[in-house]
Amino acid sequence: MAYLTDRKRADGLGSSKTGTEHFWHMKVSSVALAVLIPLFVFTFGRILGAPYPEVLAYFARPFPAIITGLTLVVGLVHFKNGAQVMIEDYAQGSTRKALIIGVTCLSYACMATGLFALIRLAL
Amino acid sequence: MADVNRGNRPLSPHLQIYRPQLTSITSILTRITGNGLIVAVLLIVWWLLAAATGPDYFAVADGVLRSWFGKLVMLGAIWALWYHTLAGLRHLWFDSGRGLDIPTAEKLGWGIIGGSILLTLLTIILF
Repeated sequence: MAYLTDRKRADGLGSSKTGTEHFWHMKVSSVALAVLIPLFVFTFGRILGAPYPEVLAYFARPFPAIITGLTLVVGLVHFKNGAQVMIEDYAQGSTRKALIIGVTCLSYACMATGLFALIRLAL
Repeated sequence: MADVNRGNRPLSPHLQIYRPQLTSITSILTRITGNGLIVAVLLIVWWLLAAATGPDYFAVADGVLRSWFGKLVMLGAIWALWYHTLAGLRHLWFDSGRGLDIPTAEKLGWGIIGGSILLTLLTIILF
């Protein structure tokens, strides 16, 4: 401890300089979701509870398929960035890194699975 | 200079010291609803995957989503979704530098609470 220089002690404790970009990405996705979420609630709410053949026919139509796909992709990017902020607020060190990696993997896995399902339903 | 008073500084009072206020409650609810919505996303993605897999698997996933428990989760998700959407719109308004005085911020707070309940009821009635 006594051999640490002031410079070394302060290293890595400052701003990472990517905060503005992160904030901007949250803002862009939130504006997109302000439009997408009402559309998604109306398209998904209409089909949840319908019999299987109707569900198949519904997602073969362009509008429900595109709205669902867009909402999944934009929503999960928004989730990834938002959850990262929460993790950075409450967790430190290796836990923080592991959680951010975990949330990132979960977001992209959900995106890929949802898109695969939608493509299979639509085609 | 390097070792002056390390780790022995006065701390500012933290969350549990302050009396809960509408602005702080609506703020933390935004975080809880936003992150909690991943549960709904997982359910919906699972439901979509089941629909893409075949009628038997779809019956399982559809059965879970339409059970009383699934309905309870979906009801919570609808409210969380509307709450987070309205809170997000409020954030965009705050970010423009407007609505930051206490009376307006509190009015907006009640607005997103009431609005989210109203939109949830509307969604249930419509579907």
